[in-house]
Amino acid sequence: MQMQKALVSIAIAASLGLGATAAQAATLDDVKAKGYIQCGVTGGVPGFSAPDANNNWTGLEVDFCRAVAAAVFDDPEAVRYTPLTSQERFAALSAGEIDILSRTTTWTMSRDTDLGIMFAGTMYYDGQGFMVRKADGIASALDLSGAAICIESGTTTELNAADYFETNGMDYSPVVFTDQDEVVKAFEDGRCDVYTTDSSALAAERSKFGNPDDYAILPEIISKEPLGPSVRQGDEQWFYINRWTYYALLEAEELGVTSANVDEMLGSDNPAIKRLLGVEGDFGAPIGLTADWAYRIIKHVGNYGESFAKHVGPETDIGLERGLNALWTDGGLQYAMPIR
Amino acid sequence: MSFSFVREQMVEPAPAPVNTAGPIAWARRNLFATPSDSLLTILAIVLLVWAIPPIYGFVMPNFLGGDAVPPGGTVEQCRVETAGACWAYISARMTFFIYGFYPAEEYWRPNLVFALGTLLIIPLAIPRVPFKRTNAILFFVVYPVVCFYLLNGGVLGMPSVPTEQWGGLLVTLIISLVGIICSIPIGILLALGRQSKLPIIKTLCIMFIELWRAVPLITVLFMASVMLPLFMPQGTTVDKLLRALVGVTLFSSAYLAEVVRGGLQALPRGQYEAASSLGLSYWKSMWFIILPQALKHVIPGIVNSFIALFKDTSLVSIVGIFDLLNTVQAASSDIDWSSPTQAITGYLFAGMVFWVFCFAMSRYSIWMERRLDTGHKG
Repeated sequence: MQMQKALVSIAIAASLGLGATAAQAATLDDVKAKGYIQCGVTGGVPGFSAPDANNNWTGLEVDFCRAVAAAVFDDPEAVRYTPLTSQERFAALSAGEIDILSRTTTWTMSRDTDLGIMFAGTMYYDGQGFMVRKADGIASALDLSGAAICIESGTTTELNAADYFETNGMDYSPVVFTDQDEVVKAFEDGRCDVYTTDSSALAAERSKFGNPDDYAILPEIISKEPLGPSVRQGDEQWFYINRWTYYALLEAEELGVTSANVDEMLGSDNPAIKRLLGVEGDFGAPIGLTADWAYRIIKHVGNYGESFAKHVGPETDIGLERGLNALWTDGGLQYAMPIR
Repeated sequence: MSFSFVREQMVEPAPAPVNTAGPIAWARRNLFATPSDSLLTILAIVLLVWAIPPIYGFVMPNFLGGDAVPPGGTVEQCRVETAGACWAYISARMTFFIYGFYPAEEYWRPNLVFALGTLLIIPLAIPRVPFKRTNAILFFVVYPVVCFYLLNGGVLGMPSVPTEQWGGLLVTLIISLVGIICSIPIGILLALGRQSKLPIIKTLCIMFIELWRAVPLITVLFMASVMLPLFMPQGTTVDKLLRALVGVTLFSSAYLAEVVRGGLQALPRGQYEAASSLGLSYWKSMWFIILPQALKHVIPGIVNSFIALFKDTSLVSIVGIFDLLNTVQAASSDIDWSSPTQAITGYLFAGMVFWVFCFAMSRYSIWMERRLDTGHKG
């Protein structure tokens, strides 16, 4: 991992040296000229970005790109997707191959400050969790002392687990594999008591088991993995479009505006809704969009809560609770700056 | 007068002794000839008895005595703990494995490409069929161009389909076909260049070959997709698939050059001298005398390179191109079909597809070798 990081840094430093990214064209103009947004996604993480049964990209993070496309073009389908590996993603963004990177990327300080990218928001507050067999009767991660833990090697997961067990003065024996599938298989075959990785991935993997109900995900989250979309540094307008698209998704949920009732809401008396939907005031013009930019997003894509429920929520096979991703009014962390 | 007995009929041939003919004799001769043979035979039988029933049970559907879920089954059937391969999942996602993200209403275009390719390659592969020259030009020159416009669209009212949406078997075949078609001429020229007496050409060819052979393909692809864009002016992007195509082609032509050089060196000097003494120019002597013989010698090596190239195409998945293997990997995270054997079934399917193509190439090369055998073989 270190090596790859170093490589990417060198590559980006080299490109900066060549002045490739020094003079940024306005991304919005480029995007309008070509007629679509190029969106960098994963190679298939269920619920976040993955091909569906009709071979279309779908997921919570795909919805973010669709939302930006809706705001710019009034057409959520004006997006083209570039599947990227975790090694390529930052270089692809820096080089201008993609306009938005929405690929389960953890927002960290070094990435935000050092790679020439800017994070627009947090689409999903993830964190590392533990999965155990229900039959073992473990209710809390603090009961895991002495457990055998299946981990993918060379990941931050491994380091986080080591930190957590040391902090709490517990022993564990790591059972390490290089591949995610191997780790899951080993856990399923009973070679270890616990499987640990990001909690969203735990839920997705659990749904693949023969009897998902035999397994439980413990309530403790031991690391912070805020996953969010990012854009190139040096183009504030495009950054604001992305950031406020994210806020509009949240604001709409907070105000109860959904894709189903957005047309009725145009007649609402609530001044906040009027501002959001562009009935009163023009908040789109300063970022190069129309006054009804947020209306378009909600009309075509829906609000954050709708996307969440559709792709990863309790009703889906992934079955994630809102948890940290609930709105601040419901005790979560999702909080939109006011549109006014 | 003396009588001698003259038999008027031939003696009926007696059947061979039991221990020299029939299945028992065959088994004795081939399986139990020596104690060590017997031991190996018994070990092999034990191994087969141990391995085959579980594999059979995993792969075969219910009505053939296995646990697999046949195409048309439901995900619930696959989600049982004892389920075998989930073929239902493969058939449900088949379009993804073949076309990737290609829009469904445009499937006729890849289909047409497949059909045209088959139509052209079959007569080309059968020696008896006439019009070889026209056929070859159609396949090697016209066909790739037609394919490009058909798949990419944007002409004749066909909507444009950017290469990011190409995928699956389609992309695997495109990369390997382009790699094979382009690397033959480049490889031959490099091999001739390396034999050349002109120092600059010779040095350049050696440098090219040694550079590409000394770098792993995965590095080439990674450089092409991660580093290259950073060194180019903002806004000029070279298509991702094209970058991979160029990388794969240059890589395999370096290998092919060395294979061809082996064939050139195997020819006795007399052939070169004979060609010169006929007054043939360099290119004519190469075309009529040297290359036909040299290439014939190295058919197994060339086909070997092609098979390796075909399998190496799966490496493009690391740069996010959706070849067959990558579509299988991506689909294995498909939550709608998530089941214990989902990933294994996918890989099994990909393995079978690769095997079918490689085995076909291998058999064809053996057949071609026999046909072209003019008795030089030792």
